[in-house]
Amino acid sequence: MIKVSNLSKHFGTKKAVNNVSFAVERGEVLGFLGPNGAGKSTTMRMITGFIPPTAGTISVGGHDMVEDPIPAKRLIGYLPENAPAYTDMTVLQFLGFAAELRGLSGEAKKRALSRAVEMCFLDTVLHQSVDTLSKGYRHRTCFAQSVIHDPDVLVLDEPTDGLDPNQKHEVRQLIKRMGEKKAIIFSTHILEEVEAACTRAIIIDRGQIVANGTPAELKARSETAGAISLRVLGVPAETVKARLNGITGAKKAAIVKDDPAFVWARVYPQAGGLRNGELARAVADVARQDGWKIEELHTEEGRLDEVFRSITLPDTAKGGQQA
Amino acid sequence: MSTSTRHIWTIAKRELVGFFASPVAYVFIVIYLLLTGFFTFMLGFFFERGEASLAAPFFFWHPWLYLFLVPAVGMRLWSEERRLGTIELLLTMPITPWQAIVGKFLASWLFLALALALTFPVVITVSYLGDPDMGAILTGYLGSFLVAGAYLAITSMTSALTRNQVISFILSVVVCFFLILCGWEPVTRPLASIEWIPNWVIRTVESFSVMTHYLSLQRGVIDSRDLIYFLSAMGFPLFCTGVILRGLRA
Repeated sequence: MIKVSNLSKHFGTKKAVNNVSFAVERGEVLGFLGPNGAGKSTTMRMITGFIPPTAGTISVGGHDMVEDPIPAKRLIGYLPENAPAYTDMTVLQFLGFAAELRGLSGEAKKRALSRAVEMCFLDTVLHQSVDTLSKGYRHRTCFAQSVIHDPDVLVLDEPTDGLDPNQKHEVRQLIKRMGEKKAIIFSTHILEEVEAACTRAIIIDRGQIVANGTPAELKARSETAGAISLRVLGVPAETVKARLNGITGAKKAAIVKDDPAFVWARVYPQAGGLRNGELARAVADVARQDGWKIEELHTEEGRLDEVFRSITLPDTAKGGQQA
Repeated sequence: MSTSTRHIWTIAKRELVGFFASPVAYVFIVIYLLLTGFFTFMLGFFFERGEASLAAPFFFWHPWLYLFLVPAVGMRLWSEERRLGTIELLLTMPITPWQAIVGKFLASWLFLALALALTFPVVITVSYLGDPDMGAILTGYLGSFLVAGAYLAITSMTSALTRNQVISFILSVVVCFFLILCGWEPVTRPLASIEWIPNWVIRTVESFSVMTHYLSLQRGVIDSRDLIYFLSAMGFPLFCTGVILRGLRA
């Protein structure tokens, strides 16, 4: 549904987005990750046709966004950053306005309104002026605007920003549900959101894509992915480390925490060595031979924030100097 | 209705809803009517003149009144969109920027037309007291309406330039003031007496003024040149609005 090829946007000499390419199909929810100022919003603004790209092409549903913007825009629902809404209208007037611009009228408009209102839990504030809404409600009002025409493509810029934990959960579920039938792109810097709602994630840093894959694939790039963590009682840390280092097929063992009461250790897998289950069994064998009291033993899945930081951190200082 | 006119109407309707949702619209109308009344009867010596005409006591003041009132109506057109960020919503809708520009312009113009129409008691008064030339009154109203439109288009342009309404107001007052002065006799006459300025320069500058064209409509003459002037005085700033908006997004 969305195809972005070699997209670039320069503001003066600053390359906000630099040669970005990706595609999102129907049934996919793409999480857009990146530190602040990485170019997430700029990319979304180009996809929705708000700003023209410096170079590259955007095609939405087969329509080129630059050459043929109207049919392309028709397919998109867009929630801009900070969820802007006309403060001098009531919620109902605002949604009605959006529906009319989307070409809905009469019965169809009424149905669309009630569907969006129900979806975003706005029925209690329908006749309230947008001016007087709390941030969460205003956010949901703008969100309702983006889904009013049941679009095939949804572009959501930080859809959970400013919501309380319950609302965040609600919106994630909503995105996940809608993602079954639509192509969705949403940006966030909350990593758990990616795991909760995305089928695929892209990490973008200083205008460039630095990682692209399913949340599981990304997590697997984490250093701890596949490592075995264990908590042992009553054995000195040095002994634990030495014994675990002796396992063939493991990269190394490390002590995570040395507490008087227990030792927390981690065994990292070696590339081409023992696989998850085998490594766990090997560790368990060592423990049994030595009669360790094991309180906990599990395989690490890897952590997104670790991947995120390892990808985006090393160069942040350089980026700061450039700016 | 074609899609295009439907979009324009939707946007114009939203703009009007916005106007009337706040007290601004009502305050504006009341102030406008008070001021036109004050100018007509106190400064325009409507009764003392003893003639059944609206040109001198009533219409004469309109370009001056509009100088401040029209920018007050139009200053929020785009600057407010930019401040709220709703411009991002509006311009990612399946509409062309022109539909948005024209819709917003028409809504404000319609609002000004409503305010202007509410001055009808002055017409009733003058026709009760005497036997005025209704044709001249009609063209007077037309002229007044067109001047308001020209100022409004300029305000639309200046409001696209900034997200600050006050700046947009001041800029448009300055531009509109220039459009009055460059053809206003007390300014052009001394200029014409300076020898080294060729006459055609004065004439050209004069023809840019709303005053020359407004006055000819006051006389009850609808000249196609005046109409073309007003159409271009509205069209050009609106075109510039589009260019500015596109520049903003690039």
